[in-house]
Amino acid sequence: MNPAPPRRWWLDPLLWTGLLFLALTFGMSRLQPLFHTLFPEQERPMYLQATFPSLVLAHVLIVGLSSLIAVVVGGGAGLLVTRDSGRDFRSLLETVVAIGQTFPPVAVLAVAVPLIGFGTTPAVIALALYGLLPVVQSTIAGLESVPQPVLQAARGLGLSRWQILWQVELPLALPVLLAGIRTSVIINIGTAAIASTVGTQTLGSPIIVGLSGFNTAYIIEGALLVGLLAVVTDLAFERLMIHSQQWRLATMPRNRPITSASPASAQSR
Amino acid sequence: MIEFERVCKRFGDFVAVDDLSLRLADGEFTVLIGQSGSGKSTTLKMINRLVPHDSGRILFAGKEINGFREEDLRRRMGYAIQSIGLFPHWTVARNIATVPALLKWPKARITSRVEELLQLLGLDPAGFAHRYPHQLSGGQQQRVGVARALAADPEVLLMDEPFGALDPVTRSALQAEIARIHQVSGKAIVLVTHDIDEALLLADRIVMLDQGRVVQDGTPRQILLEPASDSVTRFVGRSEVGLKLLGLDQVHSRMRAPISASAEGISRSATLREALSALIASHAEQLPVLDEHGQTVGSIHVADLLDVTR
Amino acid sequence: MQVWQAGLIKNRVLLVLWLAGALSAALLPLLTHAPNRLVTGKGISFAAVLSGWHGLVLIPALVLAIAPFCRKHPLRDGIVLLACACWLSGLLALAGHEAQQLALTDSSYSRTSFGGGAWILWGLGWLAAADALGQLKLGPRNTVLVALAVLAPGIGLLFSGQLSALSVLKEYANRRDVFDAALSRHLEIVSATLVPTLLIGVPLGVITFRRTWLRGPVFSVLNLIQTIPSIALFGLLLAPLAALATHVPLLAQWGISGIGVTPAVIALTLYSLLPMARGTAAGLAQVPAAAVEAARGMGMSPRQIFWQVEVPLALPVLLSGLRITTVQAIGLTTVAALIGAGGFGAIMFQGLLSSALDLVLLGAIPVIALAIAADALFKLLGSVLGERGQ
Repeated sequence: MNPAPPRRWWLDPLLWTGLLFLALTFGMSRLQPLFHTLFPEQERPMYLQATFPSLVLAHVLIVGLSSLIAVVVGGGAGLLVTRDSGRDFRSLLETVVAIGQTFPPVAVLAVAVPLIGFGTTPAVIALALYGLLPVVQSTIAGLESVPQPVLQAARGLGLSRWQILWQVELPLALPVLLAGIRTSVIINIGTAAIASTVGTQTLGSPIIVGLSGFNTAYIIEGALLVGLLAVVTDLAFERLMIHSQQWRLATMPRNRPITSASPASAQSR
Repeated sequence: MIEFERVCKRFGDFVAVDDLSLRLADGEFTVLIGQSGSGKSTTLKMINRLVPHDSGRILFAGKEINGFREEDLRRRMGYAIQSIGLFPHWTVARNIATVPALLKWPKARITSRVEELLQLLGLDPAGFAHRYPHQLSGGQQQRVGVARALAADPEVLLMDEPFGALDPVTRSALQAEIARIHQVSGKAIVLVTHDIDEALLLADRIVMLDQGRVVQDGTPRQILLEPASDSVTRFVGRSEVGLKLLGLDQVHSRMRAPISASAEGISRSATLREALSALIASHAEQLPVLDEHGQTVGSIHVADLLDVTR
Repeated sequence: MQVWQAGLIKNRVLLVLWLAGALSAALLPLLTHAPNRLVTGKGISFAAVLSGWHGLVLIPALVLAIAPFCRKHPLRDGIVLLACACWLSGLLALAGHEAQQLALTDSSYSRTSFGGGAWILWGLGWLAAADALGQLKLGPRNTVLVALAVLAPGIGLLFSGQLSALSVLKEYANRRDVFDAALSRHLEIVSATLVPTLLIGVPLGVITFRRTWLRGPVFSVLNLIQTIPSIALFGLLLAPLAALATHVPLLAQWGISGIGVTPAVIALTLYSLLPMARGTAAGLAQVPAAAVEAARGMGMSPRQIFWQVEVPLALPVLLSGLRITTVQAIGLTTVAALIGAGGFGAIMFQGLLSSALDLVLLGAIPVIALAIAADALFKLLGSVLGERGQ
């Protein structure tokens, strides 16, 4: 009944990447001597225009806010078109999502600027808009994956619509839904880094400043932190998804080996 | 034709086939029967080396099968399975032509062979050759599957529950078809099934397996009349042995001189079991027997059906 | 809600789109006009440009207003498609002509560009067309062809010169060389990525399909790479590649360095491996096991089974992996401009850094168009291939 991973906590990659991320966030400035040795030609190899903790905070806030909007709006839209009253709009929404996902996220970000202007607001709006797409898709797919007999049984037992939604559909759709949110958040972390080109302070700022000023040290400082942030978030989502499927592992017939639900088979989809 | 000498096969701890010795004769229709897990399917797949045997020897045409090149061995044997496994991206004609093409037959020969086989299996060549598998019904797909297995005129036809997934009507039509093909071609056929009625209907010889061992090996009549053990009796179905025996023979084997009766007649090629059913349904003691043209050629009497051991 | 269905309104989707269009036409500027490219423009409303023949554009709008109340019928959807085509190209023609009129009275530095209203009206027109296409259920191939036909008049206008007074096209005229160079560089990087992707990704997919134990580790690593934001990966590759180039002159001669096309292609290939390998493995996994067993049973050699049975049956899914890879590479190439690889991203970022919004559009629109075109092309190819098998 206990969650399968982590088997040994000290081998847990989430723990180590998380600790490394925190250490670099708060201790980057102490690495100044190291960067001096690595890049002797640079006079100032440490990005000082903003502190790294503040950049991380700004980055996380932008991604968090835009993802929150994406989940609320995208989840709502996905929910709406899977109800009887909104079914007409489903194929249209799916078309929009399919076409929208071929748009490069950078292009969405760039196009938002002429329409909305420079700064943090357009970045959040663009990120939220792009982040909507995987959320909508996974909401529809997740709700659709709930077996019809289960829904019929729920109706037959006298559950109300809301009860069916909250107690049956959403819990069963959760793993798929989480996969969509994960995709959305990971893309947004990357796009938010590029948003520093439209005048937003994020972890992308040292990279952009470094690229335009030929300061490789800045680039590495920013890139390390953004990369780690993305990896930590991804691992955390993976953990969350395993937890959301506990019932699936627990209800498995005892005589069948657990390996049939190994992550490898899930990933190869 | 095919000989098993003390063959064993294990999957991990599970013994699938245990010390099996068996000799399958030329032109014989052998049915391997048993419950699931009895080793019947493994036995069949060892013949064409889809499953390698652990010990003992399996001979094909007098030679240990491991002495053949795997592909050559398989090309000399037809193979049809329950899930059919037609290639969805190829037309019916291309599917049937698989082995002839592997054997590099000339084009014209392949074309005429495909046509011949489609006709043999009751599929109109003009209508079916260029269709794709997904455009066919389940029964038609299995007909193509059998045609594909027969394509290169194999020396033996291996069939693994070929009719298991079909509806009863289609299944009996295909059973009749395969019986006819066996008669016409005189080919050795090895068929795996768990359906005793199918075995009794088709087999010259039934090999009943249980837990990887042969529990009885004999003609359908022997299986019914002299079951080797309780498990055989149970498998056959104790309460229906008499009726099943009647199913083995045809009406003409018990025919008497014609009578003048008003009752509806029965075909001379019907089984005695069907005759009994017809007698009961028409409340008669005897019925006229008809030939293929509907002419009365004799009669069948209920008393003659009771002596099944004859 | 049942009342809706049974009542007067036969297509709620189209009605909602129309109302949204009416609302944005009333509230948002159709065009913006500025005396030069650095100043924020003044809005020009939809109603203000409807004089003269411009009013004709209301005809398709009227048709689209009536259509929601008509019974579902292929004819209705056909007419809606036609109206959408007229509406989309009409809107463009109107904007182009208005820009020409404004250019006559103003200095050559003046800029007329699309306002929020134009973008939204255009988008809504597209959605209406997409809805009608969906209703018609034409199958993937014909859907793409009809969508192209709806788009064709607009593309025709674009090349006819009628729109040249619009600011985006003015920017284009000013930098035709830069644009053409960006286009060829962009395509060059994408194709240069696809070659190693196919050479490494497909075998990787095959191996992970055959050796199940490899699946976990290989896909974990590829997934990790995919997780790292593009700008970070470019940045992280920059230092080691630059160091390699300085210390191994031979590599430098081959064009390896921290910035430019080579690191871009390396990074893009790394990203492409996951969708490519996954598409290949998934394609092989959905080949019916019975077909493979039958092939073995009939005496096909492993090589014959692979090329004659597995590959053709895996191809549609494999192609969809290639489609995802290509679309992703087109988008990521834009980011690669930040490490000096060129392409449309260079135009886009130049626009962003100098606050020249038309320049941003000149970089962004072609990238979006390329991505959509590649997506449609691969889908078309996949459907042609899939038609036989399924």
